[in-house]
Amino acid sequence: MTEQKWTTVVKSSNSAFDMDIKGLKNCKDLIMLFVRRTFVAKYKQTILGPAWAIIQPFFTTVVYSVFFGNIAGLGASGVPNFIFYLSGTIVWTLFANCLTETSHTFTANSAILGKVYFPRLVMPISTAISQFIGFFIQFAFMLCFLVYYLITDVGLKPNIFILMFPLVLFQLAVLGMGFGIMISALTTKYRDLAMVVSFGVSLWSYCSPVAYDMFSRSQLAPGSIFYNIYMLNPVTPAINLFRYGFLGTGEVDWLFYGISWATTAIVAVIGALMFSKSEKTFMDTV
Amino acid sequence: MEELAIRVEHVSKEYRLGAIGGATLKGEIQAKIAKLRHKENPNLKIGEKEHNKNERFLALNDMSFDVKKGETVGIIGRNGAGKSTILKLICRVTAPTKGNIYLNGRITSMLEVGTGFHPELTGRENVYLNGAILGMTKAEIDKKFDEIVEFSEVGQFIDTPVKRYSSGMKVKLAFAVASHLDSEIMIMDEVLAVGDVAFQNKCIDRMKKVAEEEGRTILYVSHNMATVKSLCNRCVVLSHGQVAFEGETEEAIAVYMADDNLDNTTFFDTSHAKRLPKYGQKHLLLNLHMFESQSTVLEYGDKFPFRITWKSGNADDRMLMKMVINGIDATPVGVIFGGELKSEKGINSAEFIFDTSYLVPGKYTVDVILYDQYDSGSILYHDRATALRFSIEHSDKSLKLKHWFKDWGNAVLPCIEQIIGDDKNV
Repeated sequence: MTEQKWTTVVKSSNSAFDMDIKGLKNCKDLIMLFVRRTFVAKYKQTILGPAWAIIQPFFTTVVYSVFFGNIAGLGASGVPNFIFYLSGTIVWTLFANCLTETSHTFTANSAILGKVYFPRLVMPISTAISQFIGFFIQFAFMLCFLVYYLITDVGLKPNIFILMFPLVLFQLAVLGMGFGIMISALTTKYRDLAMVVSFGVSLWSYCSPVAYDMFSRSQLAPGSIFYNIYMLNPVTPAINLFRYGFLGTGEVDWLFYGISWATTAIVAVIGALMFSKSEKTFMDTV
Repeated sequence: MEELAIRVEHVSKEYRLGAIGGATLKGEIQAKIAKLRHKENPNLKIGEKEHNKNERFLALNDMSFDVKKGETVGIIGRNGAGKSTILKLICRVTAPTKGNIYLNGRITSMLEVGTGFHPELTGRENVYLNGAILGMTKAEIDKKFDEIVEFSEVGQFIDTPVKRYSSGMKVKLAFAVASHLDSEIMIMDEVLAVGDVAFQNKCIDRMKKVAEEEGRTILYVSHNMATVKSLCNRCVVLSHGQVAFEGETEEAIAVYMADDNLDNTTFFDTSHAKRLPKYGQKHLLLNLHMFESQSTVLEYGDKFPFRITWKSGNADDRMLMKMVINGIDATPVGVIFGGELKSEKGINSAEFIFDTSYLVPGKYTVDVILYDQYDSGSILYHDRATALRFSIEHSDKSLKLKHWFKDWGNAVLPCIEQIIGDDKNV
């Protein structure tokens, strides 16, 4: 009698730690095809195509510069408002898009997830990666302005920390995805949380140095209690590092940057565990 | 021991009935808190117990079966028997509540054709995307691409967005992708229900080829008994979430068809049968009685008398009866015409003799149709709900049917006469 071999066991036990990491590794092609699908489908039958990726942050930046920067006087000191707001807006948009787009992983893809099995994490990962396409278009747009401002010499001081920008982007994507999959796991049964996402994200942006320069605010002076609380927002040190590297404005608080990374790691792990716990039976409740 | 491809071991799947969770978030939190404090759930009605059995529904109830490697197994059963649920579990779309399922090899599921087709992408892009969703790598699809396109018959449109495709083209392309995958186990749920006849036959041939030449395992779910018959060598019949029968296809289909009519009565009450208004309400067939038979199980060649009783609104002498005999898979075997039936106002009856010697052993159902002989044969009474059921058995193995073979069909036609002697040169 030969020993029967099994390659896969579909278990009834529902453990969060039972993740299909091995399967995920074989899914590189699938992830890239999903990224491509998202990109192609998004801009098909639009005249401007990927240019739309620029239009949204451009107008946001214009509005921020005029109203927050000039009228309310919340802008940066020493650098032009436009590049200050543009840099903040595009990294914030990357984070916010990763969060909102992955937060409805289960609900938006129930048709396909209900029919075939592939490691479920493929879906949010490819969603997060596809946010980078739009981001890099915006990033190139920002670099154009950066070059312009450097030529006109208005006080921008790019420095060696510019090299850390891939790390910042990676961290924000992981953080956004971590929160997103957490929400998607929690919304398979109750959709209430999905309602919170859109306005929650915009409220969050006001708690982050996107529409104002935190270092020109006396209330947020380093060392104060309010500063310490404010810096616990994991997005804040990341945006600060990004701006510091490219524009030379503000400062980087490495202690809080470390805390921000720790938060990111915790959020990502908890998110993945919650996601893995709910992915097995979400089809029954979604 | 033959190698197994799938083992389903004591699998149960439970669903909660009614609204999701049957409660609000608030109610559920209250219940959780109460549980933590070892108190009763405040939202339960007095006397109601936690985990009320009535709120739960067992779609699968302790189901077990094995599928050997290289087998083509049909899964049949009525709606709600648990066919789709077990396939979903095998495909890992959702997890069982109890029990485990063991799989040996990669799985491709074709639960619904075109899963993951994106309307904006072209046929080519969708082939890659769909293939990847079903578990192939890009390199594997590259290798099979030409074969897939050729099989799908949509080569001309391969660079057109799929949203411009007709539904038939989508189906063809999707089937082509799924059937060219290198997976060891293929799962198909009613996939052949679409597409034209030529393509359906092509699909079945492809499936047979996949099963026989490439030695892959196929699980096939369908209500179309003809395709089940031609494709599967073994069937599992499901009923109420359990395996009702497991074995040879022919027998399994018989079990499935007989699922709801195991009663052995010779009196068939048709008075409550639903009738379509377009057939008129002038005459109503009340019942049909095989008044001399003890049982609906007959011996091959038996003749049995039966009586039909009907109610008429008016006297009528233009009515005829015909009976359509159907085989076990609801394919018509033939028709029998009866003579003129005279109706008085009120209850009428007529007796006939049914000669079964034209039917081979098997299970049959009979539709009784009353129609008007002058008014261009318009139907006066017709009910698809079968009026009569019987089965013919064959115990003494008479000469003619000694080696009766299912592929011969269900009807034995009258003899052909042999031409003898001088007539030869006519």
